[in-house]
Amino acid sequence: MDTSRNNGISRTLLVLLAMALFAGKARAQAQNTCLDCHGALDPPLQVTELQFASDIHSQKGLTCASCHGGDPTKADMEAMSKTAGFRGKIERKDVPELCGRCHSDAAFMRKYNPSLRTDQLSQYKTSVHGRLFGKGDTKVAVCIDCHGVHGLRPATDTRSKVHPLNIAQTCARCHADGAYMKGYAIPTDQFAKYSTSVHHDALVVRGDLSAPTCTTCHGNHGAAPPGVDSVQNVCSKCHVFQDQMFEKSTHKVAFQAAGLPGCVVCHGNHDISHPTDAKLGSGPQAACMRCHTPGDPCDQARAEMLSGLTRLDEAIRNADKVLGVAESSGMEVSQARLDEDQARDALTKARVTIHSFKKELVEQDIQEGLKIAAKNLQTGQGALAERDYRRKGLGFALVFILLTVLGLFLYIRQIESQPPKA
Amino acid sequence: MSLLSRVRTWLDDRFHWDDLIGPLKKKTVPVHRLSYWYFLGGITLFLFIIQVCTGILLLLYYRPGANEAFESVQYIMTRVQFGWLVRSIHSWAANLMILTAFAHMFSVVFLRAYRKPRELTWISGMLLLFLAMGFGFSGYLLPWNTLAFFATKVGTEITGQVPLIGHSLMVFLRGGEDVTGATLTRFFGFHVAVLPGLTTLLVLIHLALVQYFGMSVPPGVEARWKAFPSQARQMRFFPNFFLRELMAWYIALGVLGALAAILPWELGTKADPFASAPAGIRPEWYFMFMFQTLKKIPAKVWFADGEVVGILVFGAAGLVWMLLPFFDQAGGGRGRKFIMGAGVFALTYIFAMTIYGYLAK
Repeated sequence: MDTSRNNGISRTLLVLLAMALFAGKARAQAQNTCLDCHGALDPPLQVTELQFASDIHSQKGLTCASCHGGDPTKADMEAMSKTAGFRGKIERKDVPELCGRCHSDAAFMRKYNPSLRTDQLSQYKTSVHGRLFGKGDTKVAVCIDCHGVHGLRPATDTRSKVHPLNIAQTCARCHADGAYMKGYAIPTDQFAKYSTSVHHDALVVRGDLSAPTCTTCHGNHGAAPPGVDSVQNVCSKCHVFQDQMFEKSTHKVAFQAAGLPGCVVCHGNHDISHPTDAKLGSGPQAACMRCHTPGDPCDQARAEMLSGLTRLDEAIRNADKVLGVAESSGMEVSQARLDEDQARDALTKARVTIHSFKKELVEQDIQEGLKIAAKNLQTGQGALAERDYRRKGLGFALVFILLTVLGLFLYIRQIESQPPKA
Repeated sequence: MSLLSRVRTWLDDRFHWDDLIGPLKKKTVPVHRLSYWYFLGGITLFLFIIQVCTGILLLLYYRPGANEAFESVQYIMTRVQFGWLVRSIHSWAANLMILTAFAHMFSVVFLRAYRKPRELTWISGMLLLFLAMGFGFSGYLLPWNTLAFFATKVGTEITGQVPLIGHSLMVFLRGGEDVTGATLTRFFGFHVAVLPGLTTLLVLIHLALVQYFGMSVPPGVEARWKAFPSQARQMRFFPNFFLRELMAWYIALGVLGALAAILPWELGTKADPFASAPAGIRPEWYFMFMFQTLKKIPAKVWFADGEVVGILVFGAAGLVWMLLPFFDQAGGGRGRKFIMGAGVFALTYIFAMTIYGYLAK
């Protein structure tokens, strides 16, 4: 009896569950019938439910009709009737304006994301892309080329095409395509060069999302190459101190007079490598000697600054080495190890001060670092001397202990060799 | 009359000194091929005395507290004259003391020295070993370095798994829900007051029992001596055995000094309670076999939590181990075989799991 009763309850529950699911499906269909057909169509007309559900617009409650018009509550072709306002496929030439309809409306956007800027369209119009687009060139990038369409994710999503980790590949889709870029008279090796740069290494290899990618220097919606005068401003966004030094240097004026684009003259642009002291040298990586003449006062200043950096670098390495040996011998030198960071900071500071191109200023930083490194070296040497002293002390103590043990051994033998007292 | 003789006469007049030390004069130690195992207890006692002396010296500079402990140990290691030696000897002697205590315990098991009438000597010895491990656990945290901080966190967390009283015990040990400065001051209290008091009392009881019953003779040797009484040999405790023990102490002192000078005990980096736990958190080596077992035990054993099962098994095994002499008596020949088997198993298990714990990543 109990079994049949349980079966009855189970059946009732199953029917109720099926009804609930059916009702849910029916309601969803009532809201957006577009996906019923477009989910089953082949590309490019295909938009699956999964794809649309992952779209930020869909998640915020917008439907297909928000962009394409029509009435998604109606079934079949009725949904796409002109009377329902159906616009069909958005022409490429209309994309920026269509997106801008909402994204330039601050009052509208505030309802969804008050912190999102609403100047994308106006910025776009100032960009190289936007200007060419305005002249009727539809090959240039519009919103959907970078952000995607149907399945568009916010920039904070790592799967988004405009997430910092993906931006370079997104730009490269056009800018690294020689055939596509034909006729624009700009190089197509930016991505290849950037992939070898210190910035790419920081961003992609080390995962530092604050490291620069294309949009950091070129802008995003207002993307344009920085002009000769603005390169320094672009770099200074991150390299603040280098900028302050360069600003006061004689090179600033000289570069401006010669029409040279600041930082990139020595460091390059897309393929910026990790700067080493060799840049101050006279070898293949040398930056100064590309313009300066061997033996001139600037060459002499360069050599002095390089010599200072080398001296400090070697002093730090020496102290590190001695402290390392002391540490591996079990000596407590953690404070000196910590102080070594100060010496390294002084070296970094000196390398930054190089951008002032004033050897006196560089020498100040170097002297400061040398003082710390010398103190640390002294601590390390003191620790090694202390280690040797301890080992000598141990040697003496062990000799004393061995002699005592030997004395005890002989004494025991002596007392045990005597016949017991009666 | 020499000064020494005059002092002795003075003492004898008042305290009957000769009567007091009379039993010691008559005390003998059995001599046979396994006599050298008798030294282990004495070496453990010597290391305990070293611990007390160096501990008192460290107390002159050590400051308990999350903001001062690490710095004070650093000060001892770098600024205090011979502070490095005192601290290194304290750390090394602690480890050697537990090692010799373990060796002493197993020698007692395999030589069956726990037999009647020495049951209480065995139990007091076992309690002393537990106290020594308590010393190790509480002392490990005192320098307040990263490794000790997280190892204590893991260790007290394991305590928290004990059924019924686990959480209360953990809170009692930690002085709160987490390992903080309160834990450090609490451990300091255990380390310098509670444990030394209990240990001193138990050491005195243990020594009195050893003195009262004398040294145990292994059963095989005892049987032979009974059959051939002429083979039985004894050595006077004073001065013959005592001088040999003194030699052993001197050698232990040499080993300690060499370890402290060649491999000074590391200090590590200051503990940061807000940092994430570094890789390779390990307890002291003498807890490793238990730690590794608990790590490898499945999350669920039948229906119960694996870790709880592990703790209960270790608890039960510890209790059975402490009551070992009574199994020997009750079980007769089978009981003796069981104890020998358990001894070999325990030694192999502890050795293997400790090695595994250090090799496993």
